[in-house]
Amino acid sequence: MATVEKDSVSGQNTTGHEWDGIKELNTPLPKWWVYVFWATVVWAIGYWFMYPAWPLLNGYTQGSLGYSSRGELAMELDAQKKARSTWLSKIEASDTGAIEKDKDLLRYAMAGGKIAFNENCAPCHGAGGVGVAGAYPTLADDEWLWGGTLADIEQTIKYGVRNANKDTRVSEMPKFGVDGVLKADQIAAVADYVVSMANKAPAKGSAGETVFAENCAVCHGEDGSGQAALGAPALNNQIWLFVKGNKESVAAQVNNPKHGSMPAWAERLDASTIKMLAVYVHNLGGGK
Amino acid sequence: MSINTEATPYCEDVIKKFAIAAVFWGVIGFLAGDFIAWQLALPVLNLDLEWTSFGRLRPVHTSAVIFAFGGNVLFATSLYIVQRTSRASLFGGNGLGGFIFYGFQSFIVLAALSYVLGFSQGQEYAEPEWALDLYLTVIWVAYLIAFAGTIMKRKEPHIYVANWFFFAMILTIAMLHLGNNIAIPVSLTKSYNVFGGVQNAMTQWWYGHNAVGFFLTAGFLGIMYYFVPKRAERPVYSYRLSIVHFWALIFLYIWAGPHHLHYTALPDWAQTLGMTFSVMLWMPSWGGMINGLMTLSGAWDKLRTDPVMRFLVSSVAFYGMSTFEGPMMSIKAVNSLSHYTDWGIGHVHSGALGWVAFVSFGALYHLIPKLWGRKELYSLKLVGVHFWVATIGIVLYITAMWISGIMQGLMWRAYDNLGFLQYSFIETVEAMRPYYVIRALGGLLFVIGSLVMVYNVYKTIKGDVADEALSPAASGAR
Ligand code: HEC
Ligand code: HEC
Ligand code: HEM
Ligand code: HEM
Repeated sequence: MATVEKDSVSGQNTTGHEWDGIKELNTPLPKWWVYVFWATVVWAIGYWFMYPAWPLLNGYTQGSLGYSSRGELAMELDAQKKARSTWLSKIEASDTGAIEKDKDLLRYAMAGGKIAFNENCAPCHGAGGVGVAGAYPTLADDEWLWGGTLADIEQTIKYGVRNANKDTRVSEMPKFGVDGVLKADQIAAVADYVVSMANKAPAKGSAGETVFAENCAVCHGEDGSGQAALGAPALNNQIWLFVKGNKESVAAQVNNPKHGSMPAWAERLDASTIKMLAVYVHNLGGGK
Repeated sequence: MSINTEATPYCEDVIKKFAIAAVFWGVIGFLAGDFIAWQLALPVLNLDLEWTSFGRLRPVHTSAVIFAFGGNVLFATSLYIVQRTSRASLFGGNGLGGFIFYGFQSFIVLAALSYVLGFSQGQEYAEPEWALDLYLTVIWVAYLIAFAGTIMKRKEPHIYVANWFFFAMILTIAMLHLGNNIAIPVSLTKSYNVFGGVQNAMTQWWYGHNAVGFFLTAGFLGIMYYFVPKRAERPVYSYRLSIVHFWALIFLYIWAGPHHLHYTALPDWAQTLGMTFSVMLWMPSWGGMINGLMTLSGAWDKLRTDPVMRFLVSSVAFYGMSTFEGPMMSIKAVNSLSHYTDWGIGHVHSGALGWVAFVSFGALYHLIPKLWGRKELYSLKLVGVHFWVATIGIVLYITAMWISGIMQGLMWRAYDNLGFLQYSFIETVEAMRPYYVIRALGGLLFVIGSLVMVYNVYKTIKGDVADEALSPAASGAR
């Protein structure tokens, strides 16, 4: 066993113990270390007097500042609300048409609509409403499923499409093939016809024309120009959502249609935000 | 049982196994980490399969690095150190040691498989379901018995400081593991924690923070307290400091968990306590850093000549850095910016890569030649290569996360002049992407460094000596 010895480098004594060749010096605690430690202790005790800190049998010590994080949040939200209130009260009081006519309100609604859109809608519709082929419609063009007037758009945003909300927009294209309404050759014929219609050269007098007139025109319109009340898209142009514009994909849609579903935002966003969103979407490029 | 030449026959077979397992799991864990880092940069790497999705691989990474790598390092070093510093052979011998070894490795494999297949308690760092928790408890109790039994058999009058830290780690982890996993099983693979809501969150972060404090800090301080003085061939700087900072650390850590739950449903008083105790934890943490660094006084030249020493000393410096950053992030005003951002991930990895992994590399590089009776490693030069490659990797990782985290936090709270949020969430994600790539590249360097270590360890065990180690200049270094 080693005995206490003096270390020549530091001038400190060892403690006299040794383990597997390791010794320890008896260096006193560094002064700055002790001071800083006590400083943090004093700071902590001071903090306990000012803020909620120690639990008691029923309740806790409240601290002298009357602080609570809920209170802090409420204050920040309040301040934010106040800062916005001049403009927001005007938005609240106006309908979307009036907002669009007032240059300043429009600028404000476009700014507010943009951030609300990017937070809530862009995950599906893409930044700037460019859409996702095969899944989510483009909102930046002048082609609409459910109508492109301000009122239509506001309604779509509020109640959504094919969801659980009681005011949601609904309509369903029948499963012509799966349910046996149309036979395979009829489907092929109507698909050919739809493709010709989309190419602005409808095959007059073809078998497909008849099938279309009997089965599809109720929703998509005699000339395939669509019907907003039913969310039935125009088929007489090259703007597609689910199909790719060729015969096979049209036939697939007729056989077993795909449908989109969109949440009802009145359940999550306030009326002013929805108005700003409608104005923003209306001004993305399309808009009737 | 291999018997060494000194008077006491130490059990080293099992230590060898733990050391090899540590190197093995280290590489696996780093690879998993880098893979999920690339997934964040390139989401296609989720491969559209549930088993390889980020959500399932992330706990594979965290468990592999913390428990498989860190755990095996702790087993290897603590069971080595406790024998040497007690001058007693391992209690229970290689038999009990072997039980711990095979039990623990099988636990790791089962846990990883269960995550990939989708079984999880959903508590971070405590994901395994109840049956695996019980299995781990048995292994841990065996470890406690082996460790405490060896201490009881000791032929030294006093218990060395490294062993206090290991012992505190073993006891506290046992308590945390049992406390956080009280769950009611409903089937073999599913259970419900008895605590719900905010109580569950509080228990979880009492566990989570002290897993950091006792597993990744206390345990690795034990490693530092043996290998730094051993490698430096200098006495420990201050015995008094070691006592004071040990008790202060143990006492204060337990209270700091709520800093993970600032501005949540957790009552304000608990947040205050978590924050203030974290700030008071700063100096006790730095006590360990001071003792580690100052032990080198009189031996600073070793930093130049001995790359193993470089690993050990840098690890202590990183420890000092992350235990300054931690208390700072505990302050609510700072946390309101840093929380939920990559700043936290940067903090984690400055501790995990810089401190935990580096001190482990240093310890393994010292231990492996000793265990296999080699004079020195196959190549110290390769240790130097590992050191620099890994250090550059860490610097890329941490700086990328600091920038991305602070940027993300600032973007979240930015308002435009009309009072609207300036950025949407998706815009912040887009802005972070370049930093994700940089982080993943840093991680790749870290992985490459660890492969250099594998080669070096393999050659050392084989008994080879690199040419450069034979030259007189190098052999003079150590
Ligand atoms: C979960 C995905 C999803 C989200 C989020 C979403 N939408 Fe939609 N939205 C759709 C789908 C799908 C349709 C097409 C419905 C259909 O097929 O009839 C649609 C349709 C619309 C339409 C009608 C387009 C037309 O041509 O008539 C408007 C307007 C619209 N969305 C606006 C919004 C706004 C504004 C938001 C954000 C508040 C939003 N959407 C969020 C999925 C989404
Ligand atoms: C009951 C009304 C209804 C009838 C009848 C109907 N459709 Fe539709 N169709 C829809 C609706 C609604 C959609 C849009 C689905 C959506 O957006 O979710 C649609 C979509 C389509 C599309 C996809 C358009 C795109 O942009 O991808 C094609 C093609 C189509 N219909 C063809 C037909 C044909 C051909 C028939 C007759 C055989 C037919 N539809 C009959 C309501 C109808
Ligand atoms: C090659 C080295 C490594 C890489 C590339 C890496 C990468 C990652 C990534 C990408 C994440 C997920 C981050 C997120 O969710 O945003 C992560 C999480 C984590 N890693 Fe690593 N890692 C590495 C090494 C390590 C090591 C050695 C440790 C521990 C000793 C570690 C401990 C953790 C922990 C604890 C988390 C969870 C952090 C949290 O939830 O806040 N990592 N790592
Ligand atoms: C005095 C010492 C330390 C303090 C006070 C501290 C404090 C903190 C704080 C405030 C957070 C962020 C919590 C949040 O906002 O979510 C955090 C996260 C974390 N720290 Fe530390 N830290 C310390 C040291 C360390 C060290 C040395 C390590 C690693 C070895 C470490 C590992 C972690 C991990 C893994 C997390 C992430 C937890 C998670 O969210 O999953 N900490 N720490």
